[in-house]
Amino acid sequence: MTSMPQALTANLLTALIFLPLAGVFLLIFLPKENQRLLKNVTFAVTLAGFLLSLPVAVLFDGSTAAMQFVQKVPWIPQYGISYHVGVDGISLWLVLLTTFLMPVTILSTYASVEKHVKEFMIFMLLLEVGMVGVFLAVDLFLFYIFWELVLIPMYFLIGVWGSDRRIYSAIKFFLFTFAGSVLMLVAIIALYFHHYAVTGVYSTDLLAMYELAIPVKLQFWMFAAFALAFAFKVPMFPFHTWLPDAHVDAPTAGSVILAAVLLKMGTYGFLRFAIPLFPVAAVDLAPLMATLAVIGILYGAFVAMVQKDIKKLVAYSSVAHLGFVMLGLFAFNVEGIEGGILQMVNHGISTGALFLLVGIIYERRHTRLISEYGGLSKVIPLYAACFMIITLSSIGLPGLNGFVGEFLILVGAFQTMKALTVVATSGVIFAAVYLLWMFQRVMFGQVTNEKNRHLPDMNAREVAYILPLIVLVFWIGVYPQTFLRKMDASVTAFVARIEAKRHAALSDSPPGETLIARYFDVGK
Amino acid sequence: MVDGILNYLWLVPALPLLGVIVNSVIALFVERPLLLAEEDHGAPSHGPSTRGTSAPMGEGHGASHAAPAYRKLVAFVGPAVVGASFVVSLLAVLALAARPAHDRLFVQVLFPWIQAGTFFAPAAFQLDPLSSVMILVVTGVGFLIHVYSVGYMSHEKAFARYFIYLNLFTFAMLLLVLGSNFLLMFVGWEGVGLCSYLLIGYWYEKKSAADAGKKAFIVNRVGDFGFLVAVFLIFWTFGTVEYTEVFGKIPGLAASGVLTTGIATAITLLLFVGAVGKSAQIPLYVWLPDAMEGPTPVSALIHAATMVTAGVYMVARTNALYLLAPTSMAVVAVVGAATALFSATIGITQNDIKRVLAYSTVSQLGYMFLACGVGAFTAGIFHLMTHAFFKALLFLGSGSVIHALSGEQDMRKMGSLRKHLPITFTTMFIATLAISGIPGLSGFFSKDEILWKSFSSGHGHVGLWLVGTAAAGITAFYMFRLVFLTFFGDSRMEPEVEKHVHESPYSMTVPLMLLAVLSVAGGWIGIPHVLGGYNYFEEWLAPVFAHGAEGAAHGGAHASAALEVLLMAGSVGVALCGIGLAWYLYRVRTEVPKEIADRVPGLYDLVLNKYYVDEIYDVAIVRKIVNGSIWLWEAFDTAFLDGIVNGIAALVKGAGERTRRLQTGVVGNYAFSLLLGAVILVGFLLWS
Repeated sequence: MTSMPQALTANLLTALIFLPLAGVFLLIFLPKENQRLLKNVTFAVTLAGFLLSLPVAVLFDGSTAAMQFVQKVPWIPQYGISYHVGVDGISLWLVLLTTFLMPVTILSTYASVEKHVKEFMIFMLLLEVGMVGVFLAVDLFLFYIFWELVLIPMYFLIGVWGSDRRIYSAIKFFLFTFAGSVLMLVAIIALYFHHYAVTGVYSTDLLAMYELAIPVKLQFWMFAAFALAFAFKVPMFPFHTWLPDAHVDAPTAGSVILAAVLLKMGTYGFLRFAIPLFPVAAVDLAPLMATLAVIGILYGAFVAMVQKDIKKLVAYSSVAHLGFVMLGLFAFNVEGIEGGILQMVNHGISTGALFLLVGIIYERRHTRLISEYGGLSKVIPLYAACFMIITLSSIGLPGLNGFVGEFLILVGAFQTMKALTVVATSGVIFAAVYLLWMFQRVMFGQVTNEKNRHLPDMNAREVAYILPLIVLVFWIGVYPQTFLRKMDASVTAFVARIEAKRHAALSDSPPGETLIARYFDVGK
Repeated sequence: MVDGILNYLWLVPALPLLGVIVNSVIALFVERPLLLAEEDHGAPSHGPSTRGTSAPMGEGHGASHAAPAYRKLVAFVGPAVVGASFVVSLLAVLALAARPAHDRLFVQVLFPWIQAGTFFAPAAFQLDPLSSVMILVVTGVGFLIHVYSVGYMSHEKAFARYFIYLNLFTFAMLLLVLGSNFLLMFVGWEGVGLCSYLLIGYWYEKKSAADAGKKAFIVNRVGDFGFLVAVFLIFWTFGTVEYTEVFGKIPGLAASGVLTTGIATAITLLLFVGAVGKSAQIPLYVWLPDAMEGPTPVSALIHAATMVTAGVYMVARTNALYLLAPTSMAVVAVVGAATALFSATIGITQNDIKRVLAYSTVSQLGYMFLACGVGAFTAGIFHLMTHAFFKALLFLGSGSVIHALSGEQDMRKMGSLRKHLPITFTTMFIATLAISGIPGLSGFFSKDEILWKSFSSGHGHVGLWLVGTAAAGITAFYMFRLVFLTFFGDSRMEPEVEKHVHESPYSMTVPLMLLAVLSVAGGWIGIPHVLGGYNYFEEWLAPVFAHGAEGAAHGGAHASAALEVLLMAGSVGVALCGIGLAWYLYRVRTEVPKEIADRVPGLYDLVLNKYYVDEIYDVAIVRKIVNGSIWLWEAFDTAFLDGIVNGIAALVKGAGERTRRLQTGVVGNYAFSLLLGAVILVGFLLWS
């Protein structure tokens, strides 16, 4: 961090969050008729955002668990609210994932978005503000603002630029996430007052909250509220039914960002808030969470298998993939959690790429039904090759990114939950089934539909945004060290803190205390 | 000085990878535009044409069109990288051999691959006597098959794509056998599975080919599930996945009670689930016969000589663990023996020349597992090697036949081909003698060692020997049936096909001849002591199977040299009976087979239809899962879960409708409710 001027590094994260907002103001003054210009400007802004995030990754010090590039400015001092941002090994790659996918996604909209381009681009940029903010906020209030901020642009992206049942899907998406958010808000307020009761100071600072020893009974309810909010977002089984609808009806760019980043806000929420703030409850409820995660893995795979719409298939595959992530997080060891974080990134890359690829043929044929295709390998071989690589990455083929994350999750989870992990591992079989079957029906065989016979293969622009994803698929698969080493200190400290706080909180519980007795007043 | 070559061990897998890269560039920038242009010109004229038959397309070979320069480059690069890899392998193995026997272990660490918490798996290669044998077989036989492919695939349009896959396969297979830990073995394991998928589905426009590829991948994934869980269990038990560390810790952990028989049994059985998938044993063998949809050189390389033997390699590699788990050993032996016999019986009835060979491969793999199961790991690996020679030769020979007959695979439409295809016939005949266990040829030595050990070893059993010997007789029968139907008798060829019959080009026949030499002489490095020979092979592998040799030797006590010779004579006798029967049924009284089939139609159909195993799996598993999934989606997800969501929405809406009526706009109503509320509130406060 020393090589860069202090003033620059100190404001780097803020610049990262608000650069897209500056882009929004720029767009406002551009003529709405000049679509090309609007797209180019948005692309430039998001690309600048990505370039700006690179120093964060490069200069990030992987040997410390502390927040880095911290900026803390009092915001509403009388309530103890401050503008407090920072990045650690848990959030680093999610920030990079977001800034990386933004220009990629914008590039994909050049041919697909033609109506209300200006508004579309403004919403995309606002979305980026919210997403980067969510991952960088170290203040509960600030986090909540960004969390809700994300909701609005995505609601409009689905509702305005979506297909078929877009209004239904948009409202469903909004209400599901919002229902969770409200619960979280209540818990945040309760936490806020609890902090005051204990310390005599009003604060919404997350790091201060980490220091609290929250009474065990209170932890249960607060964890439940946070967990529910995040479980809706992830989404965990059985709260997932908004996802297929939202994905199917969202425009390609919306699907990409929704799958790649928005869902990660849920899993990230567990890591940043629900687990470290309430570790006793989190560990005690781990069997429940892990069971839901494993159900999600198998359920998502089974239901994905019988889908007729490619996007819906990919949506259900997300339920399965995020089940893996959740299983890793609730292993509470370094292997599982690093695997979980890496898998969040992997899912962002693979599923993001799958949606982009589906978007490419959708633009040509305006259908996503598997039965409309067949034999595409011969007509558009380059596309088929890219699709194959991404499919294999999603299946978790060793040598590609998905395997590293999945393996670490499973090897970590196996240390603490043997039977569940074995069941989860069977998910690798079904991932191969639903993805390869889809691939075969779309790509192999004879060209049966005349409309497919002369489809053009990927053009230069399409290659330009798929290629970087493919490079990452190989990079993470072959040399994950680049990514894992920056997580080490943070994740190790995370695991140790849970252990220590749990130990301290339970030091005077009677041995052999049942969970019912621990959390409820039954029998007293 | 000689030892220095070992530092270049990484080149062994790296060279085929280089081939993948070069051929990919060619495929992307030269072949793809060319094919697309061609497609656009001749689009409407061809429908479902000859393409998609499992044979080289087009008949106008030779001067039909001069191969474009890029094809020549592919034809050079593809085999050359594997040949170079073979040379490096050979030098490395010689360097290893120059070391004293106890020091024949070389590990080259390239970079840390996956590391998190206490888990660590490096990208590292391990050369020891076992992996030496494997890399020589993979690169040596692999090279010959690459060369053969140049001729065999010369009429294919997607030429570069074929060699990308074939090179990628070689790379993955070398990772599998050279990796220094279980995780790297798994990488190769899945990698070869992928290439198998891609190559089986090479003619992807044909549905059966694409289906077969998918089936292979998915059935293998069932096995991979077992493998993965085994790796978790190994890490949990040993805290590492590196071979040297795991095997080094076995004595200590076994003594301290951490490594119980139960855990050893669990690990080895789970690993065996993986082996059963990859090496096509009961009950997961069903993918291999279908895999014959791929080009024939692929069948030779992947589905006979190398990939399918990976399971045997894995069991041999973990021999130290297996020996701690008698139950697992018994399971391996029984599954191996049962598979050897079961699939041999199916081989009798098949009419497709490649399918006979496919079931034969399943059967021979069963022998290898039988060997491992009775603790004769050396014999298992020995048979792995000799089988690689003669089975690759048989497949390539069948490819030469198919090539000559413009894609015909049905033996009922062959006959009398020995006059037309002298080299193919001679070499295939040698391989047939070898697989039948005729003394002097490679298969005799390896198979006989297995049979002898299955009888004499401490883990052996006379029942295993009987089953193995019976399978040997059937093997000789169905192989000679194949030879007689194909090369002897009257021609049953289609007239159109017969006109074009021709011996294959040198690029194809030279590999056949070299493999024929190996099929004969390959066994001479392991001649049993009782025949006055010296088993160099056993000595070479002794450092890896130190424990294994012990286990086998225990039982050696109740065996005598005379008995060994007697049993040997017995198995040769059984093989000769098989040959004699085949000669009688398919040369002398050719009407009899049909009569037999007619007399026991039920049994014949049962075997002809492969005991209906595929159909049973389809009904009992596949359809249940698919229907269950449809139910999950339609009934549970859409109707129930989403029903709740929409129900709540409807409820809220309904409540809104109702509460709306409270807003009557009549002030009196409002005043009344105000009063009512106040009374309740005051009453509540007074009360409490």
